[in-house]
Amino acid sequence: MEFAFTDEQAMIAETVRGFFAENATSERTRKAMAADGIDRELWSSFANELGLAGIGLPEEHGGAGLGMVEMALVAEAAGAQVAALPLLGHVMIGQAIARGGSEAQKAEWLPRLAAGELIATAAWAPKLSVADGRISGTFPFLPHGASADLLLVHSGSDAWIVDLKGAGVSVEAHVTMDQTRPFATATLDGAQGEQLADGDAAIAGALAAGWICLAAEALGGAQATLDRTVAYSKERVQFGRQIGSFQAYKHRLADMMIEIEQARSAVYWAACAVDEGSDEAQVALHSAKAFCADTYFMCAGNMIQLHGGIGFTWEHDAHLFFKRARSIQTLLGDGQWHREQVASAVLGAAA
Amino acid sequence: MKLGFSPADEAFRAECAAWLQAEMTGDFADIRGIPNLCDAIPRRKEWEQRLGQAGWSCIGWPREWGGRDATIAQQVIFAEEYARAGAPNRINHIGVELAGPTILAFGSEEQKARYLPEIAAGRQIWCQGYSEPNAGSDLANVKTKARLEDGQWVVNGQKVWTSLAHYSDMIFVVARSEEGSAGPKGLSFLLMDMDQPGIEVRPIRQINGEAEFNETFLTDARCAADAMLGAAGEGWKVAMALLAFERGVSTLGQQMQFRNELDAVIDAAKANGKAADPVVRQKIARAEIGLRLMRYGALRMLSGTDLAAIDGAALTYKIQWATWRRNLGELGMEVLGQAAEVAPGDHYSWPTLPNLFLFSRSDTIYGGTNQIQRNLIAERGLGLPREPRGQA
Repeated sequence: MEFAFTDEQAMIAETVRGFFAENATSERTRKAMAADGIDRELWSSFANELGLAGIGLPEEHGGAGLGMVEMALVAEAAGAQVAALPLLGHVMIGQAIARGGSEAQKAEWLPRLAAGELIATAAWAPKLSVADGRISGTFPFLPHGASADLLLVHSGSDAWIVDLKGAGVSVEAHVTMDQTRPFATATLDGAQGEQLADGDAAIAGALAAGWICLAAEALGGAQATLDRTVAYSKERVQFGRQIGSFQAYKHRLADMMIEIEQARSAVYWAACAVDEGSDEAQVALHSAKAFCADTYFMCAGNMIQLHGGIGFTWEHDAHLFFKRARSIQTLLGDGQWHREQVASAVLGAAA
Repeated sequence: MKLGFSPADEAFRAECAAWLQAEMTGDFADIRGIPNLCDAIPRRKEWEQRLGQAGWSCIGWPREWGGRDATIAQQVIFAEEYARAGAPNRINHIGVELAGPTILAFGSEEQKARYLPEIAAGRQIWCQGYSEPNAGSDLANVKTKARLEDGQWVVNGQKVWTSLAHYSDMIFVVARSEEGSAGPKGLSFLLMDMDQPGIEVRPIRQINGEAEFNETFLTDARCAADAMLGAAGEGWKVAMALLAFERGVSTLGQQMQFRNELDAVIDAAKANGKAADPVVRQKIARAEIGLRLMRYGALRMLSGTDLAAIDGAALTYKIQWATWRRNLGELGMEVLGQAAEVAPGDHYSWPTLPNLFLFSRSDTIYGGTNQIQRNLIAERGLGLPREPRGQA
């Protein structure tokens, strides 16, 4: 029984926590929010100085090896600071290629992805048409889509990479509630797609990585909202007492911790299950995505409430967490959809 | 970080599963699957003794006291297989999981030799004398008094919610041994024989109609001066240490029982068509997710190297499972509909799911209410200031 981090994993966790706490500051994130939602300098040091963009990618193609557990540690730390990074599309396309690409495709794309040279995005449940390898369709809600070089799309058992800077592509950026991960709509009109060798493996790899990434970001974010609110509750005095000494207040914080501890089990259960190829992996992924997103949203909402008026201001960071939490709830399938997948596994498919 | 168990552990699983399955389909098939702690007591005492003879009664204890020195992983596996085989809930769980480990931690060699072999052999059933009419959540407000007289403790007072007292051989009693003391100071932790004229037990009927717990009246009840764990006046330390044993490996066996209960809800939903209702499907999915997360939370808690994470998982576990089970009880009634509100026989006795619905209301109360749990989580887990106390 070793459902605990190894020394190496604990070291990675400490390193990434330190990195994001030091670099993904509120000031820098807000600067990125005013632009395209990416802190380029952060992305560059993330990929190049720490080699974190290569986590989960094979070493023979420039990656750092390791797996979903380590990737989750990174996403958890990034989420704790609401870092403005194109992490979601990155891990999705990376796993799509690593698991479903031909050797040539891996050799072509993975080293550049691991080096952070390319920014990627991915479409959820896309509708598209294909003729002679040319793809047409409209792809809404692409995270960091306006800044991305590559788009991952799929249909049935086929998956393609599309060059978003190529011919037949137009991209429209949107003002988005969560400015740390703004959406764009891409319209493809006969754009050239590069089909991945094993579509099923690519899609499964991309979705698993995406769900774990979001669940882990949610875990990190939820823990941060708790930590920050606990700190505030010890500083703020009303009625002559620290507000954290009132039961009505501390019980809400306790409820946050109860959910967060379960979310932590969920993230690392799912990541481990994928890394080990466990039969439970699908149920674990759906459980983790649904549970962690709900936990984060509850915690971020509490953070605003428990800070009172200051928590409602633009100046305070509470809204960064709150908006990221809302966005995670719907990205890559909402809670109801994921729970229905779990229900299907235990009850059989819906009538 | 890994999910599974080692091949050696899986071999151990096969060994204990084979023994348990054989017993539950053989000599003890008649008590298979009994969930409560008040039916078929004579047969279940025999079962405790069978466990003891075969060395499966308290496998986590040291060998010299009747255990197997089992690792945590082995204890987890045994607890899982015990529940999977449908073996009845342990009527001596207080002896095996609470009294035994506390005696191991605080007892003298002489005390260990006096009690542990009897517990391990299944010959000595224990109950817990903690709560009193005015010492529930505020446990330190114990009023039961103990005084030394002619080399014996003489104890007077009343305990309440004493589960299993009506067939227990021994009780551990937290009593105030220093005249005029208040709160956690001046308490002693006494080990008393139940079979004496000074102890009277009256059953308390619960909302499900059963009577697992009791009022226990102590009127000049006696025990030897050395039938005490820890020093006189320092019983609070022992009493609190004992509570820490409550969240041990048995939690994973308990989860196997929860699995059976959730499966009963799932089967009921499939049988009556509610499994097609999207709202019910969402609720069943939530229950399924909650149960899985309990399992991995418990594994995290027991795996052991990341101390900060363990504390968090352990501290939140009680309220987590209690709330989960209460919700499952409500879901069972929703799935079954009005049919669940009519008893199958001519007396006030309920099948699994309606009984779960009623019984689970106690889960969020005993062993520290959900509200007390939140206080503990906030104060110990999050370091929040304590609420100012009223006058005792």
